Amino acid sequence: MAIRSEFSTPQSLKRRLRNFKESLIGLSLFLCALSSVLITFGVIYTLISEALPFFKDVSLKNFILDREWTPLFENPQYGILTLMSGTFLTTAIALTIAIPLGTVAAVFLSEYCSHRAREIFKPLLELLAAVPTVVYGYFALLFITPLLQKIIPSLESFNALSAGLVMGIMIIPYISSLSEDAMRAVPLHLREGSLAMGASKLQTSFNVIVPAAFSGIASAYVLGISRALGETMVVAIAAGLQPRLSLNPLESTQTLTAYIVQVSMGDLPQGSIGYRTIYVAGLVLLILTLTFNLIGQNIRARMENKYK
Amino acid sequence: MVKKAEVVNLNFSYTDKRILNGVSLPIYENRITALIGPSGCGKTTLLRCFNRMHDLYGAIQYDGKINLFPDELNILSDEIDPIEVRMKIGMVFQKPNPFPKSIYENIAYGLRVRGVKKKSFIDEKIEDSLKKASLWNEVSDRLNSSATSLSGGQQQRLCIARALATEPDILLLDEPTSALDPISTAHIEELVTELKKSVTIVMVTHNLHQAARTADYTSFMYLGEMIEFGESSQIFTNPKEQKTENYITGRFG
Ligand SMILES: Nc1ncnc2c1ncn2[C@@H]1O[C@H](COP(=O)(O)OP(=O)(O)O)[C@@H](O)[C@H]1O
Ligand SMILES: [Mg+2]
Repeated sequence: MAIRSEFSTPQSLKRRLRNFKESLIGLSLFLCALSSVLITFGVIYTLISEALPFFKDVSLKNFILDREWTPLFENPQYGILTLMSGTFLTTAIALTIAIPLGTVAAVFLSEYCSHRAREIFKPLLELLAAVPTVVYGYFALLFITPLLQKIIPSLESFNALSAGLVMGIMIIPYISSLSEDAMRAVPLHLREGSLAMGASKLQTSFNVIVPAAFSGIASAYVLGISRALGETMVVAIAAGLQPRLSLNPLESTQTLTAYIVQVSMGDLPQGSIGYRTIYVAGLVLLILTLTFNLIGQNIRARMENKYK
Repeated sequence: MVKKAEVVNLNFSYTDKRILNGVSLPIYENRITALIGPSGCGKTTLLRCFNRMHDLYGAIQYDGKINLFPDELNILSDEIDPIEVRMKIGMVFQKPNPFPKSIYENIAYGLRVRGVKKKSFIDEKIEDSLKKASLWNEVSDRLNSSATSLSGGQQQRLCIARALATEPDILLLDEPTSALDPISTAHIEELVTELKKSVTIVMVTHNLHQAARTADYTSFMYLGEMIEFGESSQIFTNPKEQKTENYITGRFG
């Protein structure tokens, strides 16, 4: 058996064949990566090219400063802030629920659970993310809203509060799962260092583990925010279809996404200004999501620089 | 010679694996006691009994006593809260483990955990313990920068300062220099020698020269048993046990 090998010359067939194979593999991997980038750019291009003509008819000033969003009325108004307020409101309510509960759930899973208990709790929690959003929508409309109305009689039957709360529950597992991974990756010697100082488990979790895992936790929050901004079904069903420039959680409201579904379900002639508004709303949504992602990345980079 | 603590006939097991077998030794106040012995003989295990670190992982059993003087309180007793033990007995680990916080917050940590809020008191303690750990001159102008930006040797001195800030009765050091370069090692050895004025030290080391240079007392362990305990000068020049002699002359381990 010849285990020992000789050095080949650069011209040898074996070596050229291997180099060729390597570069072929490299190329196909590159093409795979490229295709996802191309698709993203394709989506952005479509959004922009369909949305831009809209601004021939509506000035940017009116778009930003108008206080109503009524594209399908006699005297249409196009104040995008109206839809944005709906999106912000429901997202804020959702995060008020999801960030604390998701973080606490992650601390529980990572720091307090035995291995066996984690095997049981984690899939149960992740089940929350597996429920179809339509079901959540009706859960909010038919269960949570009537429940809340017993406490707050003035609550409208379509309202931001109920939709936001349910959306919050829905995104808890997105936040808890990623945060838990980040916390469990914190090295044992930091945990022991804190406990050896006489700290309790709780003090260790919140004063050492959470800060040490914060860059991962921040990504989890950003994912949760993106999820909430883009959520469609729950808000379309439970928050109503009433665009309103208001941050009152007790009233009905319309988000960017809910508007897109509502209008796409009607039959607007292609190329009409009403049709364009779909792309405009989509573009604004994309910009919002992108902005939050960039902010998240920035926070992460800064944390990493600071605490490496 | 005042005893600060004593280990009395200590057995320790993980689930059903006996690690320490009838270990007894005194720990003298304001002295350095070194634990030496071949790798795996139970030095770390013994050290972690002193601050009940094993309690974190369950499925363990202590049998025997570690009495803390002057009250002769058995800190291994079930009635004693391990957290209260750790409040009295500080520990520095093999690998420097500063928290991902500022230098200031690292040292304030133990005080905050104990509920200390007064800023002036914390400031004072921080300066004091950094000086004791001979790190003050290097970091006094950047207390708010990240602890992880320090060099390995500085990080280890920071960990020592962090443990000192809460004025422990005993300071446990588990091979504190094994992850450091020779210069940082010399620096820590010098520091440890200086520290015994204010604190009782128990130090695990695999470096015999280190034990001989710094420790007042040395105990040699082998396969979970305490083979010999004595003044370092005696252990290293005139061991009574054959096993000790074999070990220090490099015949095994
Ligand atoms: N968590 C554990 N479970 C079971 N056995 C362990 C555990 N940790 C250490 N041991 C065993 O205990 C013995 C002593 O280990 P240790 O105290 O770390 O030795 P040393 O510090 O002297 O090198 C070793 O045989 C090791 O395998
Ligand atoms: Mg060890």
